[in-house]
Amino acid sequence: MSADTSVQTSWFGTPRRAPNPRTTARLRRLKDFAIRWGALLGLGVAWEIVALLLRSPFFPPLTKVIDRFVQLWFSGPPEAFFLTEKVGTDLVPSLIRLFGGWGIGVILGIVLGVAIGRNKVFGDFVEPIIHFARAIPPPALLPIFFILLGIGNEMKISLIAFAVLWPVLLNTIDGVRSVETLHLDTARVFEFGRAKVFFSIVLPSASPKIFAGLRVSLAVALIVLVISEMTSSSGIGYNVVIAQRGFRMLDMWAGILVLGILGYILNALLALVESRVTRWHRGSREGVS
Amino acid sequence: MTVATKDLLVIEGLGHVYEGRTRHEAIGRLDFTVPEGAFVSIVGPSGCGKTTMLRCLSGLMKPTRGTVLLEGEPVDGVPRDLALVFQDYSRSLFPWRTVAGNIAFVLPRSMEKAERQSRIDEVLDAVGLTGSADKYPWQLSGGMQQRVAIARALAYRPKILLMDEPFASVDAQTRAELEDLMLQVRDQFGMTILFVTHDIDESVYLADQVLVLSKSPSTIVAKLDVDLPRPRDQVATREDSDFVRLRSDIARMIREQSQIRK
Repeated sequence: MSADTSVQTSWFGTPRRAPNPRTTARLRRLKDFAIRWGALLGLGVAWEIVALLLRSPFFPPLTKVIDRFVQLWFSGPPEAFFLTEKVGTDLVPSLIRLFGGWGIGVILGIVLGVAIGRNKVFGDFVEPIIHFARAIPPPALLPIFFILLGIGNEMKISLIAFAVLWPVLLNTIDGVRSVETLHLDTARVFEFGRAKVFFSIVLPSASPKIFAGLRVSLAVALIVLVISEMTSSSGIGYNVVIAQRGFRMLDMWAGILVLGILGYILNALLALVESRVTRWHRGSREGVS
Repeated sequence: MTVATKDLLVIEGLGHVYEGRTRHEAIGRLDFTVPEGAFVSIVGPSGCGKTTMLRCLSGLMKPTRGTVLLEGEPVDGVPRDLALVFQDYSRSLFPWRTVAGNIAFVLPRSMEKAERQSRIDEVLDAVGLTGSADKYPWQLSGGMQQRVAIARALAYRPKILLMDEPFASVDAQTRAELEDLMLQVRDQFGMTILFVTHDIDESVYLADQVLVLSKSPSTIVAKLDVDLPRPRDQVATREDSDFVRLRSDIARMIREQSQIRK
């Protein structure tokens, strides 16, 4: 009995033969994958069951939503990679607005953030304005943008850019201000020029915070996109609203599904870029690997 | 040591006062010279304004009084021929650049690729980090990180190297290794070194001359020539009777200094 126990402990505690590290890495990745997607799958199954039991017209089963989703967006001819015409008329305009607004907001946010963060006088001067302006929920400004810019793309892109600006701006200011003094002293000792200090020290130092701002702003951009499209005649946001008003619940849910997938993909892409650019940051915080 | 050499760094009447809500006189009056090729240590009780002094000498900070001359030229801003190695290597190295990248960072952009590479190889070899060129600083131990900082300073080819308690945050074993490394690179590169430390043994072990500072407002209490034979040896030098006498003298002076009430 005691001998048996000791064998057991040694088996669980310290394996006699070190397992192949590549196999363990692959197993761990498989496990990670199962955990990540298992929960989502579980949620989907739960939705399906509840919807079948409820039989409510407002909550159709997920399989029907997915069916409709494919039908609306992915049932096109093979020469168009199975994309339907609707992709061109609704998804593409939404993407243009999203990237246009996000891009403008991000560039403005970073440029202004650097200027404010590096220049104390300018910072003190504009900071009260920033804190007032960023506190305004962008949807509240929709009517004003509407009056000033009409209902076209200019209005939507501007509104998204406005909303995106603040998280990027505040994070950039914070990031630029958190540059190590010793790094700047080191730059002075080795006589770095202004441009070199900026591009090789200030921007890299601020990049982890800037990326945090980019991630938040991406989520904000998607929200404002949908809101701005509710007064529109095209786009995914418009599709969702118009489907709901026409009691086409499957279409509505299919649109929501598109938004969810879009947000997920964009965030994953950004996270990928972030992990490449700021790999040093994670490494230096975790210490010796 | 008796060969007549010209003075590389000349400090005359240096003093610094921090103005502010509470006026603090960090440096009283300092006059000393660092001859070309010499290894000068500065040692003093804690809070003796060592860091302030180094910042004034290196041109990072403008002193309230006095002049600093490097090769006869007044120091105004950090001079090209001077490099500084900080105590806090982890915040002086750039974590987003590899070891080789950190060194290449201080080389002029106009430098040719082959020359750049040979310069990097040379200094990495000098500090014993040949295999670590592609690692990031945070993947290295503390002692190795400070070696990278030293290599970076060497690659810059300054005439004088100022060091601000460079080995204060490494363990004793590593510290001894780094001390010997400094003596070795000094010979290899013919460098003039001004070395600030709070470690009395270290100041004697490394230097040709030790300057003992008072508490702030700091002045120079003593200038002691160290005529111990070179090459120095971690065991033999430290048991030399001259070494023991010097370190005791300095320890006594520093103890007297720290007992003085202001």
